[in-house]
Parts: sequence; C-alpha cells; structure tokens
Amino acid sequence: MVRFENVGLRYGLGPEILRDLSFQIPAHSFQFLTGPSGAGKTSLLRLLFLSLRPTRGLVNLFGHDVSMLGKDEIADLRKRIGIVLQDFRLLDHMTTYENVALPFRVMGRAESTYRREVIDLLKWVGLGERMDALPPILSGGEKQRAAIARAVIARPSLLLADEPTGNVDPTLGRRLLRLFIELNKSGTAVIIATHDITLMDQYEARRLVLHQGRLHIYE
Amino acid sequence: MNKTGNERGALMDLGQERPQVPAKARNVSPIVPRGSIAGRALVAVVAIMTFLACITTGAVLLVRASAAEWQADVASEITIQVRPIVGRDIERDVVSVTGAVKAQPGIADVRPFTKAESGKLLEPWLGSGLSLDDLPVPRVIVARIAPGSTLDLAALDARIKQVAPSVSVDDHRAWIERMRTMSGATVFAGIGILALVIIATIISVSFATRGAMAANRPIVEVLHFVGAGDRYIANRFLQHFLRLGLEGGLIGGGAAMLAFGFSESIAGWFSGTPVGDQFAALLGTFSLRPSGYLALAAQAVLIAAITAWASRRTLFATLDDID
Repeated sequence: MVRFENVGLRYGLGPEILRDLSFQIPAHSFQFLTGPSGAGKTSLLRLLFLSLRPTRGLVNLFGHDVSMLGKDEIADLRKRIGIVLQDFRLLDHMTTYENVALPFRVMGRAESTYRREVIDLLKWVGLGERMDALPPILSGGEKQRAAIARAVIARPSLLLADEPTGNVDPTLGRRLLRLFIELNKSGTAVIIATHDITLMDQYEARRLVLHQGRLHIYE
Repeated sequence: MNKTGNERGALMDLGQERPQVPAKARNVSPIVPRGSIAGRALVAVVAIMTFLACITTGAVLLVRASAAEWQADVASEITIQVRPIVGRDIERDVVSVTGAVKAQPGIADVRPFTKAESGKLLEPWLGSGLSLDDLPVPRVIVARIAPGSTLDLAALDARIKQVAPSVSVDDHRAWIERMRTMSGATVFAGIGILALVIIATIISVSFATRGAMAANRPIVEVLHFVGAGDRYIANRFLQHFLRLGLEGGLIGGGAAMLAFGFSESIAGWFSGTPVGDQFAALLGTFSLRPSGYLALAAQAVLIAAITAWASRRTLFATLDDID
C-alpha cells in the first residue's frame, strides 16, 4: 500500500533529516513509529500524508507515484488517509460533533447517513457529553480524543497518528489503543508515532525506529 | 465490523450503552465562519465602487441621450441664407427661394423669417431698438426635412442658386460633427472612469480575499487534512464573497438609482427658472429612461460578479501558496 525507496528529505538548504528510507507498509498492517525527539517522526508522517514532497527517492502510495500526482489527485488520496496531529487542528468555530463529522461533510454525504455513527464514536471516546462544546472549552485530552475521532470516523485505508495518547490518562490511552486496533482489524493500516514504551508494550506490532535520519525496522 | 455492499457496520459496539441521539448534535456551523471574513469593509468598498460606476454610467447615458436629441433636432432642419446684394430685391428673392425649396422633394415645411424676426436674431450682438433698415441684414429661411426622407442637398443648392445667386445652404453638418465628437468624448471618458472603478474594485476585492484567506489559513489546512480539494475549499469561500458582492452591489446600485430619481425631481422643481432652463438645455430633462435604470441594475450585478470572480482567482492563488 505504501512503498518508500531511497527517500531523502531536507528543509531548504539544511542537512538531510531523513536519509535513504526504504520500507513498505502493507495493507491491514499495524506499526509503531518511534525514535528520539527530533529524529524526524513527524516529517515522515507528513511525507506519508503527502503534505511534504521528498527531496529525493520514490514514494508510492496506493499504487500511485506521488511525484506524478496533481493537486486534485492528492486531495482524493488524502480522503483515504486519516491523520491525528500533535496540535489536534480542530476548528474552533465548530462543535465537537461538527469537527468529527467534517470528513463526511467534505465528502458531500447527507448528514442523516452518518449522524448516528458520529455520535456513537463520540460516546466511545468519552465525549458523549461534550458533543455540542466548542474546542476552546475542551481540555487537552478531550481535544485529542476529538482529533482521533475525526481521523478514524471515515474509516480510512491508512491511519497516521502522531503521539495520539500523549495527553490522556493510561486508562483512556488503552481505550484509544483499542480503537486503533479495532480499526486495524476492520482493514485500516495504522502507523502510530509515539515515545510511549508502555503503549507499545501493550500490543505486539511491528516497530519502525528512526535514529539519526535512518529507519530501522523490527518485525 | 462487517461490510455488506455499501452498508458499513458501526465502528464500535456500544451494546446496551448505545445512547439516544441528542437533539442538538447537528451540522449548523458554516465551514468558513462568517464573522472571520472582513465583510463589512468589503461590502462598503463594493457599494462605493458600484455607486461611482452607476453614477458615471448614468451621467454618460444622460449626455448621450441629450446629444442624440440635439443631433436629431439639428439634422432635421436646413437653414438657407439669402444675402442682400446691390441691384436685387431681397424680398422677391426670399419669396422665390421659398417657392423653390417647397418644390424640392423631401421638404416637409418651409418658414421664411421676416425682416423683423431676422433682426431679432441679431439682438444679442447689436442690442435692441436699433433700426436695421440701413444694414444689409441677410434673411433666413428654415426648412424642415420630412422624417424618413433623404434630401438631395446638391440639387436643392443648384435649384435655389438659379432663382437667387446670393443664396447659401447650411445643413448644420459642422455642428452635428462637433456634437458627435463631444458626445463620443463624453462616452469615452465615462468608459475610462468605469474601467478605473472596475480595476479598483478588483484590487480591493483581491486584497480583502487575501486577508480573509490569511485569517482562515488554519481552516484551509484542516480542510486539506480531511481530504477537501481546492475547488471545494474555494467554493466555501466564494459563497461568502458572492453574497458580500451582491449586498454591496445592491446598496451602491440602489443608492445611484435613488440619486437619479431624486435629481429628476429636483430638475422638476427648478424647471422654469434660469438655472433649470440651462440644465435642461444641456442635459435635457435630467431623467433616465427605464432602459437606463435597467443598465444600472445590470451594472450592479456585473460588479457583484466581478467581486466573486476576483475573489475566486485570489482564492486559488492563495490555496497554491498554502499547499
């Protein structure tokens, strides 16, 4: 589903922060992406989300060479990818419900076809009482759960999560991990970038370790 | 989670905990918040621009209509001048020329000015109460051309020269040319002002759009994250700008129409006064025809459309930058 061949990335004229990355992410797979701070985890996630272009190498996503894609095709591919970012990126003028329903709204689906699903998911992540709250009054953990719900609601083919349990307590962290596992069982390939060893120890999965710009894979 | 055809199972099973759907959980917020677009300023700019454009167009229409009226009046007449020369009876020449002109095909009416009337024409230059008996004052004959007919001016000139050699014919061509030039220059200046107003509108709208996009950059980024294409995002913003453009166009165009309606009333109040008569001579009745008002309305819509078009162009350019 995802194939990187000798991919390198540098910002501007700076040093190469990702070097010679060659790996594959098979469909339905589950992996943790880890490594020390500044190792390039977020940059790799952005490459996978097509919000960055590699400075060299080949990135093939869902069978497409991304260097050949136009803007509209990239937007179509992004509909198949869910992303949870560290800074959540919720829209402050929309309620929690509206934020989570946004991917469906962008797809042009009628609200009646997804309303129940959105509400069920919000209940599941513990935001059932906060559906009509605006993000500015949510706590950090609540925002994180809302961001996760938005990323998984449309059941993407690939889920990218950057420190998804960083702001929640261990119990809720386990619950969110269960959500990712459920999603993976339903066919979504999952990549979770995390420092949290406890989280990784809870589930046997492939580990991609970034160190000094290079990737080491532990199956 | 099983999939059957297009149906998708629930992402998670809540079992007995399945909640009732709350009444309030609905999509009610617009994707682009209305308050975050510098709406009032843009409406004011578009309204002012539309007002100026409509006033310019209305003024051009008034001048052009008045010029057309003058031209029609002047072109439907010819003036024949009979100069007194020694050895000829001017009164007899006037009668002969009047008869010859009447006989010419295409002439509807001929009116020779009497000696007194001819003298009256000179009053603005020579003053009143002057005896004109000793002055060689030429006599004027005004002939009206039948509507729709073409006058053979050369044949008329030849015919009347046979009966009175001191005769000259003036078909006012020089006047008409001058008026045509003047009205053409006015229309040209109007179009120039209109073009400047439209350019200023495009620039203002582009800046306003860019500002709104900069203020809403986080929204654009999130929309990209959830898979929205540029067209989708641009359309969300475009709806707002089209609405603002229409609002501004309506206010500006409406104000201009009211101004013309009001000026028509003012012209009515001053009619009969020297100032009113001067204005009436220059700009006619100061009233726009219904087609003029329609042109102003069309212009307001055009400026609203230009607003939407300019913001759309800027939107796509800004989206390229954000990507």
